[in-house]
Amino acid sequence: MVGIVIVSHSRKLAEGVIDAAHIMAAECPMAAAGGADDGGYGTSPQKIKDAIQEVSGPDGVAVLADMGSAVMTAEMVLEEPGYENVILVDCPVAEGAIAGAVSSVCGDDLKEVVRQAESARTMSKL
Amino acid sequence: MKSDRIPEVLTAMSRKISEKKDFLTDLDNAIGDGDHGINMARGFAAVESRLPEFEGKDIGYILKTTGMTLVSVVAGSAGPLYGTAFMKAGMVMNGKNEMTADDFIECLNAAIDGVMMRGKAVQGEKTMLDAMIPARDAIVSAVKDGRNFPEAVKAGVEAAREGVEYTKTIIATKGRAAYVGERSLGHQDPGATSFTYLLETISEAL
Repeated sequence: MVGIVIVSHSRKLAEGVIDAAHIMAAECPMAAAGGADDGGYGTSPQKIKDAIQEVSGPDGVAVLADMGSAVMTAEMVLEEPGYENVILVDCPVAEGAIAGAVSSVCGDDLKEVVRQAESARTMSKL
Repeated sequence: MKSDRIPEVLTAMSRKISEKKDFLTDLDNAIGDGDHGINMARGFAAVESRLPEFEGKDIGYILKTTGMTLVSVVAGSAGPLYGTAFMKAGMVMNGKNEMTADDFIECLNAAIDGVMMRGKAVQGEKTMLDAMIPARDAIVSAVKDGRNFPEAVKAGVEAAREGVEYTKTIIATKGRAAYVGERSLGHQDPGATSFTYLLETISEAL
């Protein structure tokens, strides 16, 4: 199953997104990289690496990041060697995580999980 | 400038950022998430703690290690942005033990390209680039006019300060300040300001 990592400036936001996605896709391996190393607000490259490691398997990992340094730090981590099977997804974090997690537990491959998560970008609500 | 003087410049950068920490945070509170001063001070304090490792190392090594330290310690956008800038400059200085005015221009070129690539930004979006690019252009033209390294960087500092003033007149379209939109008018950009402090420090050391 494809793993999903949520990178957010806020620890609570990252963990909350995973809770919400697990309601629909409990088996999806998900890990949070929320907040700075000291527990405050921000982004930590080490937390991103640890979270990827935690959910990493043969099917790969999709990484969803909220904004700004979360996106840039995730990009920098993925440029390092060893992350060839990890993709940073351009999508809203909560909706994308739910779409991606459902796709993952349905047995889709990494490319399809990414496509499903990205589809959250154009999802109309009203 | 020889490689053995770089640690002294980094120490001076750390001191200046720490002096201006509250001001940078105030600027960022107005249009961003208020972490710029604290994050920059924390980043440069971490760089300072690595200075003993820099003894006898070439400028490329020192700048690359500085960049990597900023990336790993700074929790906000300044981490990946300044981290990329220092690492790109470090690649230019690979194996070199002395920095000339031409080297410095190449470092700035690489740093600007790195920040544009990492932040997906261009000039005029109320970011650090609005200080970096005019500073680089002023240094290039000063060198062309036959002015020496210290004089050229002094001209760069002037241009960076004007760039900071210019950021007050434009609306942010990149970074957290983009969410504030038109209300960012009248406020100077924290990243352009911190870059100007770093360049001032280099100028003072030359």
